[in-house]
Amino acid sequence: MAFSRKHMASAGSVLGISALLLAGCGAAPEENSSSSGENSDYKGCMVSDFGGFDDKSFNQNTHDGLKAAEEELGMQVGEAESTSETDYGPNLNSMVQQGCNLTVTVGFGLADATKEAAAANPDSHFAIVDDNSIQADNVRPIVYDTAQAAFQAGYLAAAQTKTGKVATYGGQNFPTVTIFMDGFAQGVEYYNQQNNKDVKVLGWDTKSKSGTFTGDFEDQAKGKTNTQNFLSEGADIIMPVAGPVGGGTLEAVKEYNSSHSDKPASVVWVDSDGFETNPDYQDIILTSVQKLMKEAVLDTFKQDAAGNFTNEPYIGTLENGGVTLAPFHNFDDQVSEETKTALDDIKTKIISGEIKVETEGSPKA
Amino acid sequence: MSAEKPKAVKPAATAAPANPQMGEHAKPSLATRLAGGGFGLSLGALIAALFLGGLLIAATDPATQKAAGYFFARPTDTLSAAWKAAAGAYKAMFEGAIFNPKGKTFADQIRPLTETLTVATPLILAGLAVALPFRAGLFNIGAQGQIILGALVSGYVGFAYNLPLALHLVLVIIGGIIGGAIWGGLVGLLKAKTGAHEVILSIMLNYIAANLILLLLKTPTFQREGSSNPISPILPDSALLPRIFPGSDLNFRLHWGFVLAIIAVIFASWLIERSTIGFRLRAVGANPNAARTAGINVANGYIIVMAIAGALAGLAGVAQVAGTEKTLTTGIAASFGFDAITVALLGRAKPWGTFFAALLYGAFRAGGVMMQATTGTNIDIVAVVQALIVLFIAAPPLVRTIFRLPDPANPRKKKASKNNSLQGAQ
Repeated sequence: MAFSRKHMASAGSVLGISALLLAGCGAAPEENSSSSGENSDYKGCMVSDFGGFDDKSFNQNTHDGLKAAEEELGMQVGEAESTSETDYGPNLNSMVQQGCNLTVTVGFGLADATKEAAAANPDSHFAIVDDNSIQADNVRPIVYDTAQAAFQAGYLAAAQTKTGKVATYGGQNFPTVTIFMDGFAQGVEYYNQQNNKDVKVLGWDTKSKSGTFTGDFEDQAKGKTNTQNFLSEGADIIMPVAGPVGGGTLEAVKEYNSSHSDKPASVVWVDSDGFETNPDYQDIILTSVQKLMKEAVLDTFKQDAAGNFTNEPYIGTLENGGVTLAPFHNFDDQVSEETKTALDDIKTKIISGEIKVETEGSPKA
Repeated sequence: MSAEKPKAVKPAATAAPANPQMGEHAKPSLATRLAGGGFGLSLGALIAALFLGGLLIAATDPATQKAAGYFFARPTDTLSAAWKAAAGAYKAMFEGAIFNPKGKTFADQIRPLTETLTVATPLILAGLAVALPFRAGLFNIGAQGQIILGALVSGYVGFAYNLPLALHLVLVIIGGIIGGAIWGGLVGLLKAKTGAHEVILSIMLNYIAANLILLLLKTPTFQREGSSNPISPILPDSALLPRIFPGSDLNFRLHWGFVLAIIAVIFASWLIERSTIGFRLRAVGANPNAARTAGINVANGYIIVMAIAGALAGLAGVAQVAGTEKTLTTGIAASFGFDAITVALLGRAKPWGTFFAALLYGAFRAGGVMMQATTGTNIDIVAVVQALIVLFIAAPPLVRTIFRLPDPANPRKKKASKNNSLQGAQ
């Protein structure tokens, strides 16, 4: 051994002490409003699923709704972040014990825990995002028919592709994920029918309900590999439905474009408007399939605080603006007027019921 | 390592770097060393980790950060804010884990304690699943997969069949034990027959188990009627471990799985300390070559200890699916299989040590919920404290230096310099 134990130990303690000093000094004294609005008796709470509030996806969007409600209503907030499925019950229980008037739970995984807590606490109100299985007087489901906006995105992608191939992939084969992919693929099919074209969809098969999945909602490297595979197979528009994993797609497409500037590829983002949430990649985001969770959560808090709680499910659709196709931003001049008219037409027809987008994940009204 | 063993006759032993020869002067294997630390060491590691955790809580606390902005003008502000943040977080943790004086009734007040025991139950069982192989010189990193398999089998028996009251629960428990034992035994078998390393085997089997449950929960057989979410039907009452304190007004989640866990601790304690099998396993752990020379079948020892470990982890799966969760999800094992490694280390690979270490971890997890809810402290702090404990346990000289603990392997002589006590640590 080159180093004696003594040296190792003293080096270790020096490292330790300097780490401590750094931890003390490095901490920026920034203001963090976590308990404002003490003047209100109303308390709104939230329990995340295992993705945590910083998942750049539905937990985060829902959490934004809580933050917005905190600001607008001046209410007290309580929040509990789950690290695994086993935390759901205890976390929800702790929120109820905190005296929350309305607790929003995020994700179908919390359905059992929410149902149980709602039954045990009939005076407390609950809302659950992305699940429509609970029927109780004090539970409001908040769900989205995302397939409608994804259908539009599929049509747009089919109209914009130069290679005749578009692609999509998901994080895991969950209905809340495949609803995007299914809608997207059906939109492409509709384009083919209307225009006698043969644009192909890679990564999802509407008939067999199977496709490409990375296996989680964390590993960006897998998203990148998947995207590179799609690009080398000739797809030039890709829609990742995997939360932060989609970051890998953005990276891969940007790299691809730097060497293929004559026929650049682009990305369809999901959940939020990717143009705003990914400022470094604005030049490759064609559009986004938006699921406006923040607004619905904010509205639910507002209604409840005003004493107008309802257990009627909120279903986000194109009609009520709960789901929508984001603006094209930088791509606006590349999308033809004809396509834009067709997209508006599709929207009207979906709202009127003339076009039916049906997927297994679609919420049943 | 294998080159140092000219007399090794079976590949099982040659391919086991975790069990180097332990001659009179040779270093004991890593597993033995990790398992052999004193109680003082565990306690020291805990205190040091809690201290660092407290610093972290203070450093991430907004009020402290604000006060630190003018630290040099009035340092007392920073210190009092830091103390308030750390003490507040730990106080909330205590109230969430042991006793909550704010509860309205006595039941409300001691509910946190029952919650700690509930969370500790799978940790005790999975901790034993890591501790026993430790004593036989094996690292069982596969408790996670073994829990999943146990939960998978017992969950399936639970929701797919309709059986009479007592029989159903017995079959659910046995199913979990068998599922885990197969997954664990597979590791022992492959190690004994092919010489493959148990760490690699058990890690790979973790992946297989995690993806297997994902795959099965995508099939209609495992899903609820009319739903395509990856969640199984809820287990009927006949398949559930009953609550120890029933009564809807109590709302204690503590179930008879905890009693099962205590029985398992007693069994494991007898097995490893008193039984012939246990003696053989310990001999294999101390020195496989010597054990073989003494006529002990080392290969069989590996298979037996891993199957028993798997069975215990499988029971942890039962406690999850039939005790607390009542349904099978992809996250049924949470991170219990990995926490179990820490628990076994902290418990010095002794059954009762593991039991108390699991209680401590259960308290961390249960208390973490309250800490997060009432003080807004990030739940990840709990994970950091847990990781720090392991870090300190893995570095005994550091803890001994901090707390001036004597070194059992090299007792301090009267005139021994400080230097000596450090050098003899390993």
